[in-house]
Amino acid sequence: MTRPTSSVDPAPSRLHATSLSTGYGDRRIIDDLDVRIPDGSFTVIIGPNGCGKSTLLRSLVRLLKPTGGSVLLDGTDIAHTRSKELARQIGLLPQTSIAPEGITVIDLVSRGRHPHQSALKRWSEHDERAVQKALTRTGLADLTTRVVDELSGGQRQRVWIAMALAQDTPILLLDEPTTYLDISHQIDVLDLCTSLQREGRTLVAVLHDLNQAARYATHLIVLDQGRIIAEGAPTDVVTADLVRDVFGVGARVIPDPETNTPLIVPHAPVFPDPGAHPAPAGPSTALMEGTR
Amino acid sequence: MTSTRPRTGPDTVTGTDALRWPRGIAPVRFGGFSTRIELRAAALTVLFLLVALAVAVWSLTVGSAGIGVAQVWSAFTGTASTGTSRIVLEWRLPRVVFALLGGAALAIGGAVFQSITRNPLGSPDIIGFSSGAYTGALIAGLIATGSAVGTSIGALTGALLTGVAVHLLAFKRGVSATRIVVIGVGLSMFLSAFNSWLLTTMQLEAAITAASWGAGSLAEIAWGNVLPVVIGLVVCGPVVLWLAADMRMLEMGDDAGRGVGVRAETVRVVLLLMGVLLIALVTASAGPIAFVALAAPQLAMRLTGTPGIRILPAAVFGALLLAASDLVARTVIAPTQLPVGVVTLCLGGAYLVWLLATSRRGSRR
Ligand SMILES: Nc1ncnc2c1ncn2[C@@H]1O[C@H](COP(=O)(O)OP(=O)(O)O)[C@@H](O)[C@H]1O
Ligand SMILES: [Mg+2]
Repeated sequence: MTRPTSSVDPAPSRLHATSLSTGYGDRRIIDDLDVRIPDGSFTVIIGPNGCGKSTLLRSLVRLLKPTGGSVLLDGTDIAHTRSKELARQIGLLPQTSIAPEGITVIDLVSRGRHPHQSALKRWSEHDERAVQKALTRTGLADLTTRVVDELSGGQRQRVWIAMALAQDTPILLLDEPTTYLDISHQIDVLDLCTSLQREGRTLVAVLHDLNQAARYATHLIVLDQGRIIAEGAPTDVVTADLVRDVFGVGARVIPDPETNTPLIVPHAPVFPDPGAHPAPAGPSTALMEGTR
Repeated sequence: MTSTRPRTGPDTVTGTDALRWPRGIAPVRFGGFSTRIELRAAALTVLFLLVALAVAVWSLTVGSAGIGVAQVWSAFTGTASTGTSRIVLEWRLPRVVFALLGGAALAIGGAVFQSITRNPLGSPDIIGFSSGAYTGALIAGLIATGSAVGTSIGALTGALLTGVAVHLLAFKRGVSATRIVVIGVGLSMFLSAFNSWLLTTMQLEAAITAASWGAGSLAEIAWGNVLPVVIGLVVCGPVVLWLAADMRMLEMGDDAGRGVGVRAETVRVVLLLMGVLLIALVTASAGPIAFVALAAPQLAMRLTGTPGIRILPAAVFGALLLAASDLVARTVIAPTQLPVGVVTLCLGGAYLVWLLATSRRGSRR
């Protein structure tokens, strides 16, 4: 039903980085990286903890200055773009944000309109419509007057997503949008991303669940130690070798029975005491081959 | 995937029903101008302003000369006797005007610092500016042996240098803003100890000038002291108001703030500079007046019920606080006057206890 179409042709890309290097202090996290975010794609970035996913996302919106190379938007180095103009083109859901004490849902979501506002134009009808749409699409329409501190973790997460949505940018970067959400709300968020993408926006998200990544991404980027190990359509990218090399997990990759996208099934662990587990001990790959 | 769950998606967008705002928030639009007004905050700000002005007028009538409201009025219209005119216009008025404007300036400075540090204790008097100003005043006392102008210049320099030190130590390589409080408190303790040592090394006369300045008093205020604060407010006030929206965005964290187009470093440096200037200009004339910068923004925020600090309510509440404190300082053990710094310090102690008992932390995503 949601089989994503993939294209491996060198797709047009408004946002790309060339020989990008960056890091924190003297520590270089990303070294000489080239990346293109295909226009109109739902690009998902996966990779082990600490491999530089957030760092990459942050460099793409200039939260981190490159020490080498550059990030280009429509052919212009974003180092020279005005801050608000950049924020009207690229929205970001950072990995962590702080909700000011006592702020209401609607007030926080309205802050996404900041790049569209000026000294005199502080709250136009356009702002109002964008906020309303963002609230409705994230299922928050009934919570508008609630105080953010008093919401559940999942609801709070949706408020931040709504804020990024209210920013109404053609390109949207989401750092771990599904973390802290239960499975139902995870699927809501991912479906929302897909529907935004189908309306013509470009979505980039960092996800931890490889199967969700494979199912929803139209373009998958696998990052390890600040380098791109593989990228392309999930069907082409996700292999048992890749999962072992990047995540250190032995797994089988089978077609997802729902979507035909790659489904990663980790091998069962081998425990010393066979009595505790019905499966007999043995070389795990051989065992897995036999059970199907 | 089978659709067994209700979905939120484009199909549920209606786009026509009005947005539901919390009570008391109204969008206002005319011509190209549009904004949202927090009605309660706006109304209370006007109320604070009226009360502050009433306190100021009352202050003009308080003192040993037995001047009533009618005579104050006649002094303003130029029909009073020379003696009354002089007492009202040249002795009391500058002091009262200084209390109002100085209170506003301190509160704006405090608001800026608390917003940037995202901490209600991140106020200039807690994080070392008062101590730094005092150090400057003491050193000036050592060099210029007790002249008032020397004390002011020393205080101003001390406060500004402390600002630079805190900024360099806390924001080097864009480290988290909460470090500023820890570093500032440490610096403040160090400077206090240093100040005590300086006092012991001074000659008696200079030490007395410095110590009386160090208590924070409006007793010596003349029109010449009011002018720098007026200039400070006229220059820094509009800049702070202009950047207030950006400042609010940064309260969500640097990434979130920059994500919505705020130039975090620039905005922060400019705001810190404005805050230090406002505080330093008041402190240079009146000495360190505790509590106003610390409490006015927080009290105004809690009373008006706004999420986060608002500049104008804080400023007006600061004016009210300092004018009222000075009135208390002048009357509570009349005919002897207390330094206003002692009054505000007492209020500040009570306030801190209340703050620690009632505060909760903002939540992280
Ligand atoms: N603000 C920071 N200062 C110093 N090092 C950082 C900072 N943020 C991240 N790092 C380091 O950079 C590396 C990559 O981090 P990050 O991009 O956040 O990884 P992830 O892929 O989990 O999002 C990690 O080793 C992390 O410790
Ligand atoms: Mg991360």
